Amino acid sequence: MRVGLFVTCLVDLMRPRIGFSALKLLEAAGCEVVVPATQTCCGQPAYNSGDRPNALALAKKVLAEFEDCDYVVAPSGSCAATIRSHYVDLAGEEAGLAERMAKLAAKTFELTDFLVNVAKLEQVPGKYAGSITYHDSCAGLRQLGIKAQPRALLAQMPGVQLREMSGAEDCCGFGGSFALKFGEISAAIAEKKCRGIAAAEADAVVLGDLGCMLNIEGKLRRMGVATRVLHVAEVLAGDAGQEER
Amino acid sequence: MQVRSMHFKARAGEKLADAKLQVNLGRSKSKFVDKRAHAILDLEDFEATREAARQLRDLTLKDLDLWLERFEQEATRRGATVLWARDGAEVCQLVIDIGRRHGVSKVTKSKSMLSEEAGLNQALEAAGIQPVETDLGEYILQINDNEPPSHIIAPVFHKSKEDVSALFARTHHLPPKTDIQELTREAREVLRPHFLSAEMGISGGNFLVAETGSVALVTNEGNGRMVTTMPGVHVVITGIEKVIPTLEDLATLMRLLPRSATGQSISNYFSLLTGTARSGETDGPAHMYFILVDGGRAAMVGGEFAEMLRCIRCGACMNHCPVYQAVGGHAYGWVYPGPMGSVLTPLFAGMENAIDLPHAATLCNQCGVVCPVKIPLPDLLRRLREKQVERHLRPWSERLALNIWSWVAQRPAWYALATKFGVRYLNWLAGGQASIPVLGLAPEWTRGRDFPAPEGKTFRELYAARRAPRREASR
Repeated sequence: MRVGLFVTCLVDLMRPRIGFSALKLLEAAGCEVVVPATQTCCGQPAYNSGDRPNALALAKKVLAEFEDCDYVVAPSGSCAATIRSHYVDLAGEEAGLAERMAKLAAKTFELTDFLVNVAKLEQVPGKYAGSITYHDSCAGLRQLGIKAQPRALLAQMPGVQLREMSGAEDCCGFGGSFALKFGEISAAIAEKKCRGIAAAEADAVVLGDLGCMLNIEGKLRRMGVATRVLHVAEVLAGDAGQEER
Repeated sequence: MQVRSMHFKARAGEKLADAKLQVNLGRSKSKFVDKRAHAILDLEDFEATREAARQLRDLTLKDLDLWLERFEQEATRRGATVLWARDGAEVCQLVIDIGRRHGVSKVTKSKSMLSEEAGLNQALEAAGIQPVETDLGEYILQINDNEPPSHIIAPVFHKSKEDVSALFARTHHLPPKTDIQELTREAREVLRPHFLSAEMGISGGNFLVAETGSVALVTNEGNGRMVTTMPGVHVVITGIEKVIPTLEDLATLMRLLPRSATGQSISNYFSLLTGTARSGETDGPAHMYFILVDGGRAAMVGGEFAEMLRCIRCGACMNHCPVYQAVGGHAYGWVYPGPMGSVLTPLFAGMENAIDLPHAATLCNQCGVVCPVKIPLPDLLRRLREKQVERHLRPWSERLALNIWSWVAQRPAWYALATKFGVRYLNWLAGGQASIPVLGLAPEWTRGRDFPAPEGKTFRELYAARRAPRREASR
C-alpha cells in the first residue's frame, strides 16, 4: 500500500528526526512510503484562529498533495484530527470538494493508530531500555480515540517499563496560539502536568504530538526536571538513543 | 450584571498569583471531577442517555415558540401568570411591579442565574424592596458586598471555610466558628426569620414542563422549598430555553443533571411546582408568576450557535476545564464562567465586550466529552473566533502573523527558504544549549517555560540530502 507521510510543520522545523523515525516504522510495516516534497502545514493554526479562507487554502493544498495516496499518516494526533474532523467542515459549498475531503479524511491516520489498526505492524523494529510515562494528547485522545494504540506498541518492547502518571489525559496547556496569547495560564496548566510527570519518576515522558512535546519539554527544563521528552515514534523506531542500559 | 470580560487576561494573572485561591481551586478534582466520573457509572447506558437528551433538547428548541405557548396555556390554566421579558431591565421592572402590586417589602431568593444576568438584587434594593439570598453560597456573597458568584452551582467555590468564618463573625457579630456544620447552623438561624417574614419568594427554574405548566427545581439545601411555598407570592425567573415537552423528558434530563453537576444520582431536594395553591391546600403560594426571559436566546434559535441553547447549566464543562481550574470563575468577568461562559458571554453581552473569552481555551475538548447534552463547545468557540475575524475584532499583529504564515505555507519554495533560515536563527539563539530561555518572538511562551531549540536543519533539507546520493547511484 502506498502511504503518504504527512511530516507536519513542527516536525519539519523542530524535530526532523521524528519524521525519519515515522518513515522507518511505516517501512517496517511493509508500506511503500511517499513524502510529497511540497507539503507544509495542515492549516490548523488558521482554522483555530477563525481564519477560514487561509485554512481552506492550505486544506486544498494538502488534498492535492495526498489525494492519490492509499493512506495519509501523520506523527501527530492534532494534525491528523484537523484533516479527519475538520476538512469536510472547511470545504463548505464548493462543488464536489466536501466529497473529496471526506475521502481524504477517511484515509488519514495518526501514526500509532495506523500501525496498530491498519498496517497491523507485527514486530516493533526498535529497542528501548528504561521506564516511561505516557501523556495522552488532547486531539489524539478525544477526537481520534488514541489511547490503547501507543501503549499496545510500547508493550511489544521488552525493555520498556510503563509507569502511568496521574492525570495522563489532562491537557498540557499548549493549545496552539493559546500558549502565545495566554502564556501565564498556559504555563500554569503545564506546571500541573509536569508535576504529574515528575511524580511518575520515569526516565522519559513519551507522547505523540509536537505541540505538547515542545510545551512539556520547555516547562520541565524551566522547572529543572531532567525527565527526557520523547515522541513515541522515536522510541518505537529505536532512535531515542537509549537502546540499552 | 456589569460585564467585565474585557479584562480577562489581567484578572487571570491576578488569580494565578493568589495562593489562597489556588488552594481552593485545587479541590475541583475531588469535589467535582472524580464524583461525576463515579456517578455516571451507575447509569446503564450513559452515552445513550446523553444522546437521547441531546435529541429531545434539539427537537424542543426547533419548535421553541410552540412549546412556550403550550407551557403558557398549561401554567395559566393552573392559576399562574406567565410574563415575558426581553432583557434584564424588563425582568427587574416586572419583579418590582409584582412586588408593589402585592405590597412586598422583603423577598427571599433561591438560586437564579437569570437574576444575576439582570442584576436584580441591586434593582430591588433601589426600589425599596429587600432581597435576601437564601442559598448558602449566594447568601455568603450577598453579605460580602454583593460579590459575584465564581461558579454556577457552587457560587463560593473560590472561598475557604476560614474566609466564610471571618465574614460571618464580622457580619453577624457572633463569636467566630470554625466548624462547617456550626457555620451552616448560624446561617440557618439568621435566615429563618427572613423565611417567616418575606411576602414574596423568587426562584430560578431548572426546567419548565410544557404538558403540566410546572417548574422543576433541583436544590441541595431545602431553602428552595421554603422560598417557593411559604410566601404568598412565588415568582419564577428563567430563560425561555428551559422548556421541555413532557414529564418523561424531565426524567431523562434528571438522570444527567445531578450526576454531571455534583456527582449525585439525585439532588437532596427535587421539587416539581405546579400552579397556585388550590382551595383546601395548605401549602403553596396564592399567586404564582413566571417571568420567561429572552436575553439574547431567541436570536440563537436556528442559528450557528443554536446548540448552546441545549445547555442545562450543570457546570461540568467548567469543572473539567484546565483554564477554569487554573484561574477560577471571576476571571471570566460575567455571570457564566468556563467554556459555557466563553460562548454565552459574547452572545448575550456583546462580542466586542468579551474579545478574549473565545480564545481562553486550549480546545482540549474535555468540556465537549463531559457535556451531558453533547454541546460541541470547542466548535462553538472556534465559530466565535471566526466571527471576530469577520468583524475585524482581532489585533492587527495577530492577523499579520497568521497571514504571513499562511502565505508562506501556500508557497513551498518560500516556505523552504523561510524555514531553512528560521531554524538556523533559532539554533543560533540557543547557542548550543538544548533550549532558549528568552525568546523575543514569543515572549508569552518564555515567561513561564523555555523554548526547546530546533535540531538545526529541517526535515525537508535532510530528506532531500538523503535522497540525493540514491538518485546519483541509480543514474
